[in-house]
Amino acid sequence: MTRAIGIPWPVALTLLAALALAIVPIPDILRPARPEWLALILIYWAMAFPSRIGILTAFVAGLLLDTLQGQLLGQNAIALAVIIYIVLQIHPRLRVYPVWQQMMVVAILMALFKLLALWPQGITGFPPGSIWYWAPVLTSALVWPLIFSLLRDMRRRWLLHLT
Amino acid sequence: MSTRSVTGGHAISKPLFRLGVSPTLRLLAVILLGLALMALDHRVNELQFVRGALATVTYPLQVAVDAPVRAVSRVFESFTSREDLITENRILRSENAELRARQLRFEALQLENDRLRALLNTAEQAEERVEIAKLLAVDLDPFRQQIVLNKGRNDDVYAGQPVINADGVIGQVLSTRLTSSIALLISDPSHALPVLSARTGLRGLVVGTGNPQRLEMRHVPLQEDVEPGDLLLTSGLGGRFPADYPVARVTSVERPQGQPFLSIEAEPLAALDRSREVLLLWTDGGVSAIAPLELDNDPETAPNALESEPAEGTP
Repeated sequence: MTRAIGIPWPVALTLLAALALAIVPIPDILRPARPEWLALILIYWAMAFPSRIGILTAFVAGLLLDTLQGQLLGQNAIALAVIIYIVLQIHPRLRVYPVWQQMMVVAILMALFKLLALWPQGITGFPPGSIWYWAPVLTSALVWPLIFSLLRDMRRRWLLHLT
Repeated sequence: MSTRSVTGGHAISKPLFRLGVSPTLRLLAVILLGLALMALDHRVNELQFVRGALATVTYPLQVAVDAPVRAVSRVFESFTSREDLITENRILRSENAELRARQLRFEALQLENDRLRALLNTAEQAEERVEIAKLLAVDLDPFRQQIVLNKGRNDDVYAGQPVINADGVIGQVLSTRLTSSIALLISDPSHALPVLSARTGLRGLVVGTGNPQRLEMRHVPLQEDVEPGDLLLTSGLGGRFPADYPVARVTSVERPQGQPFLSIEAEPLAALDRSREVLLLWTDGGVSAIAPLELDNDPETAPNALESEPAEGTP
């Protein structure tokens, strides 16, 4: 069996939607707590299609996120690649966890993601000094059940034939 | 749950040896690539072509996000009543008349100023051009103070270009794409702006704090004369901003015990977090450059100014 290649169009669409959600204007108070939509959606697809959605997809999507948010090029890209690597390693277990347990794993992955994205900011001299920097860890875990059920329905409707 | 059956099916068909590059190797390669990108992006700022390529994907996305927001505000605008429009029109008309009257005096003063400057053998002020740019309604990194403008390289926007509005200095262009650009606000912690106090002529550096309502003036010795209410203007020393644009007003001055410098807080004059339109500023040449066209216009002062040119040319 060769490696399955190609990103199915519903997956590409959800990734684009996640990038859009990352820049949709929201009230200033809520801005630091915005969930990491792109990371959540990548985690789900990497778990569902580990042979298709992998590190390279995560890296490229991360570069796009960096460009969109005006951050150092590569900052989100490396962080996303690392957490997707972990998802690829644990995906058989992650799939059979109940949702609340998946939320725990997502929270840990998000904490790692935010930590990895923090380092370059610290090295280049301008780390965000506020505790709110870590808010997406919590909010991302809280919206995971929503993402999970939405994307699962999507996969069942259009992508059941894929592995 | 179907996830389980999928897992089972997958487990059977899963090969003992995966073909292709292993995920660990892939990860390492990607991390190395990412680190190289970060280093290049941070140190040399020479990744415009990579950013440009990525922007071909991200710019349509930004426009797509911006469009509904703009459409909603346009719908609201179209529902404003006729009376409101008439009132607004009247106010604008009287304001315009007042400004034009002031502009008349300003031009006379400008000429007088040029003549006096020529007499004093000092450099003339450079010609300036302004153009309006709109902000795209998209959010960037919540911990950085940046905005996206709808003008880019196609409109001659360049990195380092001053961005102002009618009230004062907003920031400067950080990076450009073909049709859009990112600007760094003066309230970003990485932004520093050379200023001088309009009352005393004291020079200093205004640094952002990450809060769009608060700036700090750094490295002012304790014995200097700074008071709340002092107006801070650009000094033009950095070479990026032309001189004499209003930046901020001092709100508080403290003399901390045992420290060599004053702790000065200031409030930006422009509403950094609320403006939807900004002005891009083009200046002809540096701040101390002499505009030759101006000299031709004024035959009386021309010889004087030409004599002064070698002296001014040295710095």
